Amino acid sequence: MSEPALLVEGLAKTFTLHLQGGVRLPVLRDVSLAVFPGECVALVGPSGAGKSTLLRALYGTYVPQAGRIRVRHHGSMVDLASADPRQILAIRRDTIGHVSQFLRVIPRVSARAIVAEPLIHRGESHQAALRAADAMLARLNLPQRLWHLPPATFSGGEQQRVNLARGFIVRYPIVLIDEPTASLDPVNADIALSLIEDARKTNAAIVGIFHDPAVRSRVATREFALAPIAEAA
Amino acid sequence: MSDLPLLSVRCLDVRFGALAAVDGVSFELWPGEVVAIVGESGSGKTTLLRAIHGFIPPTAGSILYRSDRFGEIELTRLDEPRRRLLARTEWGFVHQNPRDGLRLSYSAGANVGERLMAAGARHWGNIRAQALAWLDRVEIDVARIDDLPRTFSGGMQQRLQIARVLVTNPRLVLMDEPTGGLDVSVQARLLDMLRRLVADLGLSVIVVTHDLGVARLLAQRILVMQRGRVVEAGLTDQVLDDPQHPYSQLLVSSVLAA
Repeated sequence: MSEPALLVEGLAKTFTLHLQGGVRLPVLRDVSLAVFPGECVALVGPSGAGKSTLLRALYGTYVPQAGRIRVRHHGSMVDLASADPRQILAIRRDTIGHVSQFLRVIPRVSARAIVAEPLIHRGESHQAALRAADAMLARLNLPQRLWHLPPATFSGGEQQRVNLARGFIVRYPIVLIDEPTASLDPVNADIALSLIEDARKTNAAIVGIFHDPAVRSRVATREFALAPIAEAA
Repeated sequence: MSDLPLLSVRCLDVRFGALAAVDGVSFELWPGEVVAIVGESGSGKTTLLRAIHGFIPPTAGSILYRSDRFGEIELTRLDEPRRRLLARTEWGFVHQNPRDGLRLSYSAGANVGERLMAAGARHWGNIRAQALAWLDRVEIDVARIDDLPRTFSGGMQQRLQIARVLVTNPRLVLMDEPTGGLDVSVQARLLDMLRRLVADLGLSVIVVTHDLGVARLLAQRILVMQRGRVVEAGLTDQVLDDPQHPYSQLLVSSVLAA
C-alpha cells in the first residue's frame, strides 16, 4: 500500500466558552485516522459527534488541544497542528482543498472570479484561470448568464455549484468536503458526485460528510465513525 | 514567498505618561501579506500603526524594516531625512479620514501627481498620464481630474487618497480604518477595490479595523488587541471561527449577522 496523504494521531478538541462562565465542550478525543491517496472516507455519526469539527481541524481552522495532523505536502509530512500560519497557507494553496457547505460571498466579485481565485493564488495567469473557471462552471451546469454576476443573489443550489467549481478547480492531493449535494437537484447532484469520483480516481485522498446514504454509498470507499463524547461527571 | 520578514516588531511600547497605549507588542509582517489588527476603540491599534510609521515615537522596543534602498534598518533610530524619503516612496499611509491624507486645495490630479513628484518624477506629461491611469484604476471618472477633492463624495475622496498612496508603488501600506466613515454600499466597493489592488500589486499591508468583516475579506492573519496588548494572533479563519481568548470571543460574538 502507498503512503498515507493524511495521518491524524490522538487528536483532541475542546471548546472553552469564556462568555458562558468558561463552560468546556469536549468534541473530539483521541481521534486517529489515516487516509490514503485514492480513498474517499465518509465521516459518520450522529449530530454533535464532531464530524464538522474534525473537518475544520483538518483544514487548520480549528486548533486542536492535543494530537497531530500530518499532511503530505510537497513530498514530506508536515504537522498542521503545529505549523505556523505561513506554512498552513502554503498547504492550503497546494495540498488541501476545502469545499465548505456554504459559499462565502464577496460583494461585487463575480462567480467566475471567485472560482478562478485558487488558480491565481498558485501563480496562474488571470486569463488561463478564468478560462478554467468557465470550463468548471459549464461542467457544473451553471447558466452562463450568471457567470459574470456576484453570487449574493443566487439560489442555494447555484451558490453550491460555484463553491464546488472553486473547490475542484485545483487538483489538490487532499480534498475535504462538507455536504456537497445538500441543496442540489438530482441532475446537478450527479455532476457534483462525478467530480468527487474523478478526483478520487486521479489519486486524491478525500474526507467528507455526506448525510444522504445513497450519496455516501456511491462516493465513499469506507466510513469512519465518530461518537459524541459523554459528559465527564 | 520570501524567507525574510519585511517588518519585525519586537516588544514595542508606547507610553503616554502612565498609560501603556501599546504594551510589549511583537509581530512580523512578510512580503505580500495582509495582517489585520482588530480591537475596540482604545485598544491601542491605531497608536501601534502610527508608531510603526513614525508619527509617534515608541517608548521602548524595536522595529526592523527591510528597505529596498537602505537594506535592514531599525526604524526607532532612523534619522528624519531617511524616514521622510521612505514615507514618500516605499511606504504608504491611508488615513481613516481622507481629508487627513489629501490636499483639499489641490486638484485630484495634483494630489496624485504631488506624491510622484515628491518621489522624484519631473516630466509633467508622464505625471499627468499616471494620475489619469490611477484615477481610472480607483474608479474615479477621469473627467474629474482637475476638480478639487472637496467636491467629491466621501467614498471618492477615500479612493483618491488610495490612488495618491499607491501611485509611487510602495511596498508597505499601513491603513487606519480605511472604510471607517463610509456608507455600507460604498464600503463594499472600496473593499473589493482594495482587495484587488493588494493582490495585483503584491503589497504588504497592516490594516487597523474594528470591523471583523473587513479583516475577513482582506487579511490572511489577525492580531487581536486589548488594552495595548496582543491577546491573540493567528490565521484569519482561526481567530474568527475558533477564537481562544475571552476578549476575541467577545468581539466575534458581538457581531450582528445581517
